[in-house]
Amino acid sequence: MADSHAPSTDSAHAAATHDGHGEHGSAHDMHLGLYLGIGITLLVFTLITVGLAYVDFDKMLGGHGWNIIIALVVASFKVCLVGAIFMHLKGEKKTIWRFLYFTAFFVAGLFLLTLLHYADPIFGTSYNTH
Amino acid sequence: MQIPYEVQARPDTGLYNAKLGIWLFLASEVMLFGGLFSAYIFLRMGAQPGYWPHGLLNVPVGTFNTAVLIASSVTVVLSWAALKMRKFQQYKLWMGVTIACGLLFLIVKLAYEWPQKFHHFGAFIKQTSLEKYEPYLGNEHLKEKNLDPRVEISGHLHEVVIDASKADKGKLDAYLKKHHLTAEPDHHDPALTMVKGEHLTPGVAEKLVMIPNAADPRISGVRITGYEVALDPVNADPTNPFNERPHFWYQNHTEKLARIDAADVETVSSFAPKHSPYFAVYFTITGLHGLHVLAGVLVMIYLWLPIKGGALLYKKNPEHLANRVEVVGLFWHFVDLVWIFVFPIFYLL
Repeated sequence: MADSHAPSTDSAHAAATHDGHGEHGSAHDMHLGLYLGIGITLLVFTLITVGLAYVDFDKMLGGHGWNIIIALVVASFKVCLVGAIFMHLKGEKKTIWRFLYFTAFFVAGLFLLTLLHYADPIFGTSYNTH
Repeated sequence: MQIPYEVQARPDTGLYNAKLGIWLFLASEVMLFGGLFSAYIFLRMGAQPGYWPHGLLNVPVGTFNTAVLIASSVTVVLSWAALKMRKFQQYKLWMGVTIACGLLFLIVKLAYEWPQKFHHFGAFIKQTSLEKYEPYLGNEHLKEKNLDPRVEISGHLHEVVIDASKADKGKLDAYLKKHHLTAEPDHHDPALTMVKGEHLTPGVAEKLVMIPNAADPRISGVRITGYEVALDPVNADPTNPFNERPHFWYQNHTEKLARIDAADVETVSSFAPKHSPYFAVYFTITGLHGLHVLAGVLVMIYLWLPIKGGALLYKKNPEHLANRVEVVGLFWHFVDLVWIFVFPIFYLL
């Protein structure tokens, strides 16, 4: 992931960093459409998130908590788009990805600890009555 | 002293200083918000049936604010791209739009959404009194459908009934006058006093107990004995299947009034943080998120204004300004990213 820089993007960045006059702005020109496209996709998926919230998936699929899972999957997809395109993580330097691996590890640990109480729920809570 | 790699990227990492710094900062921010989301999960999982509210927030307004943040994420990246292309006027335009979006988000939140919550009244009924309020709760109907019970009656606080027989009358009159409230004998029990007025909010009502006793100013002279509430649709028509699931459009309170005895109430408050674990974690997370929006807006205003470290930097070193915009942009996208999770977990689920 970290090494898969798009060559065109890299050279444009390097050029823009060194020349300071902007003759190499065409790469950014090309991205303008992409940024707008991602923005529109995010807006569409926001409406999808809202729409999905009014579908009773538990009734449809059986079980409990489907709406939460589906909403979080859509939200995670949106977050990936923001991260990859707007935050330029697609083709970002190795050092940044290393920070993120560590963060992902610790945040996963945090949520793992949180979700451990599925294994030992409190009696009389919403979780337990379904 | 010239600090190395302030503008140019360090050859081995390919990064300039501020980019390295902002990503380390964002990593710590992930843990900060991660901790709060973890608190949300614990509170939600630990809630007793009926005690985790649904459909109390205004979904269209939340959707609008989400769209505003997404739009600002696009414009901030466009402002950075404009600087990279050395199009200064475009930079000013897109950065200006981003700042406007950030301010719009905050205005909607602080001037509309939050105050609406502070005027909303909710009373959690004691388990032993739920049956008495069945006409407003519809729990038999919910039980048949295997749905969580309702334990709260909410709406607009119409009037509050107090026992003011031992109150310091001067202090009570002054308090009523200050809040433009009127007092008259209660219809049901003339020994009690009925306080009402357009400016009667749950917050104003609950502070009535601060009025001292005429004989002993160290103790309270007012006792709240009941509340009259213009019911929310869910309590006005509790067996209507339409009210079983949250709605997209915000449902304003009805004209149907209900009387709730203070003795039957577990807790009572506006939709403030103390209302429930739900609102506590809602205000904590959206409050912290709002502070991040404010911080981002302030930094972007700094970079937009024609001042030394801001837009004037363009003449001296346009790449340096572009780097600064990239860094605030990364922060801004992170703020958007947090909201992408906040919106469904509080407004929709």
